[in-house]
Amino acid sequence: MKRFDFSRGAVDLVACRAQLADPAAGAYASFEGWVRNHNEGRAGVLRLEYEGYEQLGVKEGERIIAEALARFDIGDARCIHRLGELDIGELAVWVGVSAAHRDAAFAACRYIIDEVKHRVPIWKKEHYADGNSGWVNCEACAAHAHA
Amino acid sequence: MVQIRVEYFAILREHVGCTHEALSTPAATVGDLYAELDRRHAFPALGHLKVAVNDEFCEWSTPLRDGDSVVFIPPVAGG
Repeated sequence: MKRFDFSRGAVDLVACRAQLADPAAGAYASFEGWVRNHNEGRAGVLRLEYEGYEQLGVKEGERIIAEALARFDIGDARCIHRLGELDIGELAVWVGVSAAHRDAAFAACRYIIDEVKHRVPIWKKEHYADGNSGWVNCEACAAHAHA
Repeated sequence: MVQIRVEYFAILREHVGCTHEALSTPAATVGDLYAELDRRHAFPALGHLKVAVNDEFCEWSTPLRDGDSVVFIPPVAGG
């Protein structure tokens, strides 16, 4: 069972949550990242495109889950990240954590999403209402260098 | 010379216009390989670029070996 995975289709949240069921767990915390219609002050985001370096991404994602299990008093944790084209409002990433108590569940959930955003090789291209598009975190550097 | 493969993702894939290329290179390290390919493709400036060989992150000083698969990793934006 992969604890971190990519998905090219909609994520079944009921099934995801069921994977974490555990009689010893008194808490379940989850995070859902949704596609929003604006970013960094720019309105008119119509849709997103996620691209992943999957072979390395699943390894790094698994390392993050293992770190969370070592750092926090939790029972289990999972994360799924979408790839491909997504519309506004769609779920882009899900993190779920089960634990005996809520403090550890919240903390581990926060840790996993923060680390995934910083470390897993996933790129996001925004498509705007004015017909332009851009790779988030990449275009500003490129534009600055060309100025 | 070593025979290697380079895979491109996201902004670099679009810039180069292909998902991968196989090449023979005199580059001794992955850093040397980047410099060689930058001369050919004029990569966009991307701030903090990372690199992986054979699907693991590595240092820019990592020696290149025959059969290696190299990926340059632009700033990520998951979530």
